[in-house]
Amino acid sequence: MRAGGAGREVLVTLVVAALLIWLMPLVIGTYTLTVLVIYGMLGLSLGLIWGFGGILCFGQAAFFGLGAYTYAIAAINIGESTVPMILAVLVPALFAALLGAMMFYGRLTDVYLGVITLVVTLILFKFVNSTAGPQYKIGEARLGGFNGIPGFQTLNVPGDPDAYIWGDPYFYVCAVMLVIVFLLVTWLLRSSFGRIAVGIRENEVRMALMGYDVAARKTVLFAIGAAIAGLAGALFANWGEIVTPNLFSLGQSAEIIIWCIVGGLGTRLGPIVGAAGLAYLKFLLGQQSMIDNTLITGLILVLFVLFLPRGLVPAIAALLTSIFGRSRRKPSARRMRRLRHG
Amino acid sequence: MDLTFVILVEMLYAVASLVLISAGLAVVFGMMKVINLAHGEFMMMGGYATITAVNLGVNVFVAMLVIAPLVVGLIGLVVERLVIRHLYGRLVDTMLATWGLSLVFIGLATMIFGNTTTGISTPIPGFAVGGYQINGYNFFIIVVSILLVIGIYAVLRGTRAGLIARGTMQRADMAAALGYSPDRIYMATFFCGSALSGLAGAVLAPLVGLVPTSGGAYIAKAFITVIAGGPSLIAGLVSSATSFGVISQIFTFAISPVIGEVALLIAAVVLLRTMPQGITGRFFKGKL
Repeated sequence: MRAGGAGREVLVTLVVAALLIWLMPLVIGTYTLTVLVIYGMLGLSLGLIWGFGGILCFGQAAFFGLGAYTYAIAAINIGESTVPMILAVLVPALFAALLGAMMFYGRLTDVYLGVITLVVTLILFKFVNSTAGPQYKIGEARLGGFNGIPGFQTLNVPGDPDAYIWGDPYFYVCAVMLVIVFLLVTWLLRSSFGRIAVGIRENEVRMALMGYDVAARKTVLFAIGAAIAGLAGALFANWGEIVTPNLFSLGQSAEIIIWCIVGGLGTRLGPIVGAAGLAYLKFLLGQQSMIDNTLITGLILVLFVLFLPRGLVPAIAALLTSIFGRSRRKPSARRMRRLRHG
Repeated sequence: MDLTFVILVEMLYAVASLVLISAGLAVVFGMMKVINLAHGEFMMMGGYATITAVNLGVNVFVAMLVIAPLVVGLIGLVVERLVIRHLYGRLVDTMLATWGLSLVFIGLATMIFGNTTTGISTPIPGFAVGGYQINGYNFFIIVVSILLVIGIYAVLRGTRAGLIARGTMQRADMAAALGYSPDRIYMATFFCGSALSGLAGAVLAPLVGLVPTSGGAYIAKAFITVIAGGPSLIAGLVSSATSFGVISQIFTFAISPVIGEVALLIAAVVLLRTMPQGITGRFFKGKL
């Protein structure tokens, strides 16, 4: 990966992203598109820690929900959106750093990691669900239990609380955020931190013997993933204009994992494509009532695990490679097996 | 005095229902290291099988103890042949595939039974202890759970099939070298595990209003109990169900049911953090 290659990749990313941002609203309404972009960011957050760090988190929705709730609570108390946005990134990151430190310094791996993240999500869900009474308040904001929190200040131009950003402009804000996050992730993975993270995914003992502090690095990566999920949560809160405990639900966590599997693990683009694609499919399926929505989501997951375990993006890349015969860098089959099966 | 008795029964009931919920999952996990995330939906289908059978005029106990396990066992058999058999040895992939299956079952149940709550009444009346009313059905669940644990132990310890199963559990390749097909044994185990899930769902059906998404309420608890139990099947199941059941009941009585649930979950986190291989990874090593 030469420096020139990096510059060209950034340029290609920017051009493609600009084209997509310009063309997509002609096909799909911006209201729907905004949420697809947000889900893409959420998918990317798990894709980063699972695909490149080998951390299978069953509770990515916890950070998503935490970001959304942080934003909503802070926005009600502050009445302006800039600080809440920053808090919505920091709080989940901090939470994940604490949780991650607890898990990774305890040398927990695969299934046990999955159970703990799942349990933490459940705790948050149960707790927030039970806060319907008026005694549960943070500052001015009532937590509202299963009713959620409506009516908070939505995104505004920084410094001017009356200049709301909504509708088409909000879509462009979200899309640009996604591009920025994507580029940051690209930069992170090219840096030595990213390569060491991949090294840890490949073989933890080897990296530890080489003198790297595996637990600390995994914790940091986990926190970065949570920060991205938190940002996605805050954007989602702005889009929906209400936050509910369902953001923390198991179903939400499951969906993020499905996006990553379908899109392709170990790629940056895969989880975004998987998230946006599946969310749009769900939207389309929601408009008919002949076949149950859940059934199709489940069927897709089963079929992908059985027949296309590497996901769409790697499969398409392999197909293109075999057609055009160019040897592009791609994750080897062996590496992917390692990643998924420890 | 009465209150102590009531609390004791409630605790026993909490432990028993955890054992019941987790037994099917524990058998499959202990045997083949497969986490079946569709376990909750197997229980849900057990519940629906019971309710459908009762509505068709079958005796409620026959429906619960015979029909539901058989129906769910057969569904499990089909699932094992179609999906899970291709994924043995790939822990994360089986989890994902069975998660997909659970969604499929929820979808199917919604299409067949509709998104409404159904239920049957409990077949055993309650009775009074001093000033407190106790649900008689709780005793039934306690008895079923105890019989279940004894049954699993007896089969694994006392029968030839159990011996073969335990052998395969330890060294599948050795069992294969001695002429027993692991493929067949896994199939049979999965059938038994599914049947147990069906039984659990059926026995608990009179206590809950059944909806297609009911399974979700069980899977997390079962998953946690089994993983926290660790490698030994029966010792792990009983020890982790006991610790979680007692802890959650203590907090339920002291504060509120929600706190009880949360206490259970926090206990699970603490337990896994201190004993990453589960309870039987440290204590009762080598036991069944």
